[in-house]
Amino acid sequence: MQSFKKVKTIITPLDKVNVDTDQIVPKQFLKLVQKSGFGKFLFYNWRYDDQEHLKSDFILNDSKYKNSKILVVGDNFGCGSSREHAVWALQDYGFSVIISPSFADIFYSNCFKNGLLPIILDDKTVEKLYQETGEIEVDLENQIVKTSSGEISFVIDLHKKKILLEGLDDIAQTLLYEKKISEFEKQSKIPSVL
Amino acid sequence: MNITEKILARASGRQRVVPGDVIFANVDKVMIHDVSGPGVIKVFDKLKKQGINVDKLWDPTKVWVAEDHFVPSADMVSAENIVKLSNFTKNYGIEKHFKYGMGQYGICHTLSHEEALVLPGEVYVGGDSHTNTTGALGSFACGLGHTDVAYVLLNGKIWFKVPETLYFKLNGKLPEHVMAKDFILKIIGDISTEGGAYKTMQFGGSGIDEMSVESRLTLCNMTTEAGAKNGIVEPDQKVVDYLTSRGATNISLVHGDDDAEYQKIYEYEGSEMEPIVAKPFSPENISIVREAPSVELDKSYIGSCTGAKYEDLEAVAKILKGRKVKIRTEILPASISIYKRVMENGLLKIFLDAGVTVGPPTCGACCGAHMGVLAKDEICISTTNRNFPGRMGHVDSQTYLSSPLVAAASAVTGKITDPRDLN
Repeated sequence: MQSFKKVKTIITPLDKVNVDTDQIVPKQFLKLVQKSGFGKFLFYNWRYDDQEHLKSDFILNDSKYKNSKILVVGDNFGCGSSREHAVWALQDYGFSVIISPSFADIFYSNCFKNGLLPIILDDKTVEKLYQETGEIEVDLENQIVKTSSGEISFVIDLHKKKILLEGLDDIAQTLLYEKKISEFEKQSKIPSVL
Repeated sequence: MNITEKILARASGRQRVVPGDVIFANVDKVMIHDVSGPGVIKVFDKLKKQGINVDKLWDPTKVWVAEDHFVPSADMVSAENIVKLSNFTKNYGIEKHFKYGMGQYGICHTLSHEEALVLPGEVYVGGDSHTNTTGALGSFACGLGHTDVAYVLLNGKIWFKVPETLYFKLNGKLPEHVMAKDFILKIIGDISTEGGAYKTMQFGGSGIDEMSVESRLTLCNMTTEAGAKNGIVEPDQKVVDYLTSRGATNISLVHGDDDAEYQKIYEYEGSEMEPIVAKPFSPENISIVREAPSVELDKSYIGSCTGAKYEDLEAVAKILKGRKVKIRTEILPASISIYKRVMENGLLKIFLDAGVTVGPPTCGACCGAHMGVLAKDEICISTTNRNFPGRMGHVDSQTYLSSPLVAAASAVTGKITDPRDLN
């Protein structure tokens, strides 16, 4: 997993609430399991028309946002199916940060398994961010989003922050400590079965 | 502690947990299917490349595998996924692999209760968001992403933050024309699709005591649509009988304490409940059926883990008996065991006489996979769980979510219909 420290680009404002994982990656692509290459399916039904031509009125198709790595979206982003493909697609497309007032639980968790940074900011701040046309900087180390109008700090679980900064996914990280875990377990009173 | 807290405390070897505690819990059962399974295999391949030992699962006897989303194989890619899944279970010694074309198989969340794979008090995780369904048996059941499932398969444990609990109390029985689906749609309409985000939704009260196990499964299934971590009902004798009749032994029940705490309690009067539909494009966008828009339906779809259990199909048969459908109607029993009972008890004849196409168990068109997906502008009434844009097919198709009774009554009239209003 790649580590994440800082990113500075313009934002892509997607002012929609309850964007579910089927909008992020439609079901017909779920059969594919390679983690790469899902970017072309991202927001498939919004990006392409029936003939698979790009729709000019969808924001991702505006060349202005081509190099944006920061997606700003409405409440409850990533609701619906638990498909991890949603995170793969956002990343493969080029996003490394998603900012929203709230995320669906499984999606939020899936982000950290793959090195995508979800940032929760309050409604008003997100509303303001939509208007931001210049570059903004997301600095994970200092937990700050720097915009033209000032700095906004954000909260993130320390362990999750470490995972992203060091580029360790949790399985790899945990298994590196296998020995210590086994030693601990020998002494712990947790029943091995219920 | 309430029931969810007690289960999590026990699974993590603690005396007591409170909402917000982060715990490391022993997992009792894990499920993967033909979409999450290949995803998990991919994670295993990646770990292997990093030099991590993935030769053995923590306990193959606690893992079970369903083939449901794209089966019978919808195309070549899904066929390959089934082969991959079969190799995986063979290599890792997983015996509980329910293969289509080889006896019992069906939708993963249906197998969990039909085959008594999960017992009360257990911690059960699955690679699917509707894993919440199984909380109706009095277990802690929730969905995970592929990576988390891979972790559990290797380690048998996972961390949870103990959720706050919302308690939904139903006073008195639901009227005969109202089903559990109507009640849960009403709740989602009231609290919104994020009203239960990272919370437990627990159901109780005399109306729930009166409810069958299968109705409770419908309630818990749809808690996913409110964003809940899990849905749960305190287990009673009905649950014990249900599981015992399916071969379960050693059932021990976990109950909440008398002084259990809930973040919020919602009360509903059973007698006041009405048939409900959720209009496109969200399960929270509800309307009383009698006030629903008068649209010309193209199709009625009766299937999925939410709406194709035996009880659901019995309700459908009650409506379709001696009647003909006016629009394309499909019924897909959620497992072979249900299909058999549908045949043995004469429901199959009622369905076929009414003009319905009866299909094999599969998630099918519920997730827009195959077996009757919707074309552009088609409008469907469906017993499934989600109606986001494009969920069942074309992004410009529309789905109204309803109970099996309403879906059947609407199949007869071609319009969204309250079962009481049928001639």
